[in-house]
Amino acid sequence: MKKTPVAAIVAVAALALLPLVLADNYFLHLLILFLIWVIIGSSWNIMAGYTGQVSFGHAAFFGTGAYTAGLFVMHGGFSAWWGMAFGGVAAMLLGLPFGAICFPLRGAYFALASLALNLILMHLATIAERFTGGMQGIMIMPTFVSKVPYYYITLGMAVATLVVVQSIIRSKWGYYFVSIREDQDAAESLGIDTNRYKNVSLAVSAFFTGTAGALYMNYMGFIDPHVVFSLHDYSVMAILVAIVGGVGTIYGPAVGAFIMVGLQELFRSGFFGLFKYLGDRTGSETFTQAMEVVQHAHVLVFGILVVVVILFLPNGIVGDWGKIRKSVFRSKPAA
Amino acid sequence: MGILLQTIVAGLLKGGLYALIGIGMTLIMGVMGIINLAHGQMMMVAMYIAYVLNTMGVDPYFSLLVAMPTLFLLGVLIQKYLLNPLIKVDTILPENQVLMTVGIGMVLTEVIRFIFKSDYKYVTTSYSSATFFLGGISFNVPLTIAFFIALAFTAAMFWFLIKTDLGRSIRATAQDKDAATLMGINTGRITVVTMGLGAALVAAAGCLLAPVYYIFPDLGGPFTAKAFVITILGGLGSTVGAILGGITLGMAESLGATYLGMEYEDIVGLAIFVAVLLFLPGGFKRLTKV
Repeated sequence: MKKTPVAAIVAVAALALLPLVLADNYFLHLLILFLIWVIIGSSWNIMAGYTGQVSFGHAAFFGTGAYTAGLFVMHGGFSAWWGMAFGGVAAMLLGLPFGAICFPLRGAYFALASLALNLILMHLATIAERFTGGMQGIMIMPTFVSKVPYYYITLGMAVATLVVVQSIIRSKWGYYFVSIREDQDAAESLGIDTNRYKNVSLAVSAFFTGTAGALYMNYMGFIDPHVVFSLHDYSVMAILVAIVGGVGTIYGPAVGAFIMVGLQELFRSGFFGLFKYLGDRTGSETFTQAMEVVQHAHVLVFGILVVVVILFLPNGIVGDWGKIRKSVFRSKPAA
Repeated sequence: MGILLQTIVAGLLKGGLYALIGIGMTLIMGVMGIINLAHGQMMMVAMYIAYVLNTMGVDPYFSLLVAMPTLFLLGVLIQKYLLNPLIKVDTILPENQVLMTVGIGMVLTEVIRFIFKSDYKYVTTSYSSATFFLGGISFNVPLTIAFFIALAFTAAMFWFLIKTDLGRSIRATAQDKDAATLMGINTGRITVVTMGLGAALVAAAGCLLAPVYYIFPDLGGPFTAKAFVITILGGLGSTVGAILGGITLGMAESLGATYLGMEYEDIVGLAIFVAVLLFLPGGFKRLTKV
């Protein structure tokens, strides 16, 4: 059994010490987003990357978790932190019947059904105004003023997710998952109950995604159906995080989350305010316009990224690291 | 009774268009074995072509002649340079072709948004809201024309698939790719042609819908969803199923909007989707066997 790489331990230690030296709210916010994406990306990866069941609607589980937390406040007057305990369970309870219906069917059914599930929940959350607040969404008061407690909670969650994912993948379950991905018939003939283990991997994946959703509710303090059930912002982003970093690798989603959150912020802020700065300095309109263009281009860039990554780095940065090193650093002669 | 009949007529007319969207999707599904999640986005591109031509004074029905070849070319290029190379790529990523279509859909939407901005556009024609009455039921003129053109395209498609060599090759590839290759069919070329045809058919649907619908970049997503509901309903890869599926979806949406309320229009399709998965996995294909 392989040990956890030193690099991972160092990275976690560095992240844990970071707020002591750098208490800037903006960077903490980005780091929290990054860690939330580590959780979602790893969850997506365990189901799609290891078990081969590609979900196009992971926002369904994310939103369920977030709404569980929100509904605790809205209907019971409980703390939204109860959502952390039940958000994941709620997402799992959503996932299990869903898996029971879709997994026995071969072919594109699961992928399409996950997309449909996502859309159905978005519509339901919008229509059931009495229960969910409809388009107005749910707003709660944040528990902490400082971002530091949120940061440590998210860090703890992300590390826990990675540890659990890693131990599952290295256990017997992990081998079952991979065997289903590689050849379902062969797995079946070896006596693996493929439907059952697809459901297991779905349940684990839904649980962590739901918990991440509840965490999001607590941290951001506001959700509405089009935010948390968003196809582009969550379902597709979850796929991107995993494939950019590397599907079927344990640390791939973490690398992917870092890159994707960085890219998203790079575009949202107009290259970290570079264009605004240049515009202010030179007083020229061109930079202000360029900034607007850049701010709207991030989905386009994500789309191009999907195309480029699938064509040229199909196993992601972690999975194709050998290939990248060879072509970039030329440390070894090409074989 | 009048309302019911009116609703059914409206649903039937819409269903004709949906059938056209569904046939393109199901052809691609049958031959390539993938779902094209950029299908609605391709239709959106065609609608913008109709819009641009309309600002130059071209009638949307004539824009069919431009939009269909353009989208055919777009489909061919996508298949040839983006999807077919993936077959050779060595990866553990499952369904990478489907993920690729998601990326393509995003790029199409955003490029259009970049050029035309997000606001609603309208194709204005003198007959956009014209109606005629038949036995007390009103027929929207552009939708009725669209329905019959859609029927004509569907019939032409069937003739093509059944009677021509290329059509037979497409069906052979859909049935068994390896066997088709052994019979001397260039299956790589067939996939390219099929993608082009699927794109051209959905382009036709887009142009026919343009006079009665508002046009905006995010329109693709909902129509991709409709397309896959139709495909699942009809049975993956079944053209007859796609027609039945399209008409069923059109009817159901229409009935849902009339009797449940407008906000349920979109959810009806998804509810059908779930019901099909639960009670009739395999869709109408299981009943019709085609």
